[in-house]
Amino acid sequence: MSTADTPKRSMRTPLGRVRNLGAAHSGTSDFWRQRLTAVAMVLLMIPVVVVIMMLLGRNQAYAKQILGSLPIAIIMVLFIIASAWHMKIGMQVVIEDYVHNEKLKLASIMLNNFFSIAVALASIYAILQLSAGV
Amino acid sequence: MALSIVHRATGIALYVGTLMLAWWLIAAASGPAAYAHVQAFTGSIIGRLIMFGYTWALMHHMLSGIRHFVWDLGYGFKANEREALTWGALIGGIALTVLIWIIAYAIGGGR
Repeated sequence: MSTADTPKRSMRTPLGRVRNLGAAHSGTSDFWRQRLTAVAMVLLMIPVVVVIMMLLGRNQAYAKQILGSLPIAIIMVLFIIASAWHMKIGMQVVIEDYVHNEKLKLASIMLNNFFSIAVALASIYAILQLSAGV
Repeated sequence: MALSIVHRATGIALYVGTLMLAWWLIAAASGPAAYAHVQAFTGSIIGRLIMFGYTWALMHHMLSGIRHFVWDLGYGFKANEREALTWGALIGGIALTVLIWIIAYAIGGGR
């Protein structure tokens, strides 16, 4: 575009122009949250792996005792929130890349939201129940 | 090398696999009978294979994701650096998976 096509010079910065724009009209918020949740999961990975290791081959009573203890319950809930949010954004990117029929795309994005929220809520509810029972 | 599709594929596998995580937690909250069902599955050959694959998908996706972080921060764009990051994620993902399973078998696999 030549300068003749742009009589008025915009005072908006490049960041200001992209904010609240893009296909989802939400600017770069998903990009940021994808990375925020990724960092959270990297930090939580070692404690979560240790918890799962502790429960290998153990019975339900022991699993209930460990998963229901407050620090571990908090770690697990944080990990579930981060992973559900992360996977919801990631799957939406995949859908937007490969599903080109508009109605099918919207339906897929809706299902993706339902799935992610349902998995997260079911898992969190289970952990809260384990905590309350201890 | 084109590993970005592997990043996506592992991401999709992990997405579906959260159903197992939810199933395990719900079973733990439900009681001994439900929990025994999960353990019968995760203890079976097919269950162990799926869990092994899931461990690899998780470790690879994490390291491959860290590779993306390096790029987000503006580093690692030279051809040799890209190669090193990609091989690092590939080899590191397999190494971490094997390490986790050795530890798992050492401490709990026999229980």
